[in-house]
Amino acid sequence: MSDIVLKTEGLTKHYGGVHALEGANFEIRRGECVAIMGDNGAGKSTFVRQITAVEQRTSGRIWFNGGHVEFADPLEAREAGIETVFQTLALADHLNVPDNLFLGRELVKFRLGPFSILDYKAMRKATIEGLEKTGVKIPNISNTIQNMSGGQRQCVAIARTATFKSKLIIMDEPTAALGVQETAQVENIVRTLKGQGEPVILISHNMRQVMDLCDRIVVFRRGRIVANLRKDETDGQDVVAYITGAKTQAEYEDVAAA
Amino acid sequence: MADTAHGIGGLSFDSKKRDLPPELGVGIALVLIIVVFEALGWLFMNDSFLFNTRENIDGIFNVARIKIIILQVAIIGIIAIGVTQVIITGGIDLSSGSVVAATAMIAMSFAQAGQIYGNPNDRAVFFELGWVDLPIIVPLIVGLGCGLVAGAINGLLIAYTKIPPFIATLGMMVTARGVAKWWTKGQPVSFPTDSYAAIGSGMTPVFIFAAVAILFGLALKYTVYGKHTYAIGSSEAAARMSGIKVDRHKVLVYTIAGLLAGLAAIVLSSKNLTAQAGMGMMYELDAIAMAVIGGVSLTGGRGSILGTVLGALIFGVIISGFTFLKLDAYYQEMVKGAIIVGAVVLDQWRQRRAAMKS
Repeated sequence: MSDIVLKTEGLTKHYGGVHALEGANFEIRRGECVAIMGDNGAGKSTFVRQITAVEQRTSGRIWFNGGHVEFADPLEAREAGIETVFQTLALADHLNVPDNLFLGRELVKFRLGPFSILDYKAMRKATIEGLEKTGVKIPNISNTIQNMSGGQRQCVAIARTATFKSKLIIMDEPTAALGVQETAQVENIVRTLKGQGEPVILISHNMRQVMDLCDRIVVFRRGRIVANLRKDETDGQDVVAYITGAKTQAEYEDVAAA
Repeated sequence: MADTAHGIGGLSFDSKKRDLPPELGVGIALVLIIVVFEALGWLFMNDSFLFNTRENIDGIFNVARIKIIILQVAIIGIIAIGVTQVIITGGIDLSSGSVVAATAMIAMSFAQAGQIYGNPNDRAVFFELGWVDLPIIVPLIVGLGCGLVAGAINGLLIAYTKIPPFIATLGMMVTARGVAKWWTKGQPVSFPTDSYAAIGSGMTPVFIFAAVAILFGLALKYTVYGKHTYAIGSSEAAARMSGIKVDRHKVLVYTIAGLLAGLAAIVLSSKNLTAQAGMGMMYELDAIAMAVIGGVSLTGGRGSILGTVLGALIFGVIISGFTFLKLDAYYQEMVKGAIIVGAVVLDQWRQRRAAMKS
């Protein structure tokens, strides 16, 4: 059995005349942490939005867990096991921790269509378990998100990915807005998840973080993948050369030149 | 199981410390306003606002006044319950007053009696067709249906054409008023059947208001519907990314608001025993004001039905208090306006404080 969790082939997204993503071929295996790097506007977040069905791709194919998938919306992607920590956090400020963790997939006692009765007790219990699993410490889960620090918010967003039976975790710049201590906390959570065998895609600008946490680095430039590097066969300067366009891997020269 | 832990980076938090519910502040405001009217009553009128001072009537409280306070806000209160839900999603509904007028006209047309004091009611809208003395269920379904359709159109416009709720419901406000006038070419519709008239008689509107408030209070607190309503108002982008079907939910919320405007129209026309194209004027603004005074944030995501009910009571107390003090209605309007602005200023201040804390 193949251990490839996610594979994309020719993933493309055009916004009118803007080619935000062009022919992205990508794969990630079980237990692997892959970094996606690139300048602003290189297509990193666009790539993630196509995988998670926040947007519908222009063309290309996606395989997940061995099967070809066509997610209609983010909920389908989540139900299939792709959990995402978005750059914009995707948390509702006025809701508390359990409400946010279960947003869009609430546990219910009685099914009555949109008026299904919420099972608050079960959601609180699962929230506490989820937080424990990731090592996230939140002082009071009944607090609303707006009363939390940036680090706590990010921890809630990450804990959300771990609370459910995820098969792939995608993090879009999870520490971009955090201080040193909070960044360390988030990185610890990523290590914990990786240790549990969860495949993680990490979008980051932080070279130290990428070198520290990831096994492989995929570089995007101008909407295209220009390099796929093993961490132990590269270094920071080399990666920067690919990001800035000073270098392009031989197998990607055709696409990069296009 | 414990739901607390030490904070990140060794910071300690008081796990018991929670923000006081905003409804508490509204409740205190309500009590303070009553106290002010009580004091002014003794100062200027030599009478009590809230307590019974008549020797020929039993009881501690002035029950008649309390009944009037609640009764006069019950109908707009029903609308405010719907409007509250719309505002929590970050939207607004300016159409409810006009929807009340159009719905009242149409529903009342199906609720007219065949005879008035033994004479045929030949001015009934559907007299020629013989649609008089219809069972109560007919005008009820027609009325609720009208409100529902108006609300659904609002919701569909907002969710799928992406025009701002302000514009969509402003359009409906003008259109529905037009429908109300067109329906009978400006003529009032009167003389309902006894069963229709019973809906708005006595304290029935208050019971309907209470039932609607409890129903939607519970729905907002304990159902997926409520959770998604708050989530959309809190962050529509987050709700969308979390897989909530935001557009569909908005249609549902606006449809419910329309349905409740329809219900209010039935109760109002029944209470007044007539429907006129000009009725419900400014009800939308009063309903929005009740919600805002009750702590519902115009930026969405915050508020509750309990808050709106308290906001409605503040409204009722002020109107009743001014009448009690024999002050002109102009002052009522001015004070109402000032209170609405004050409530929004308070909300802004609360939000800034919350933003600074985080």
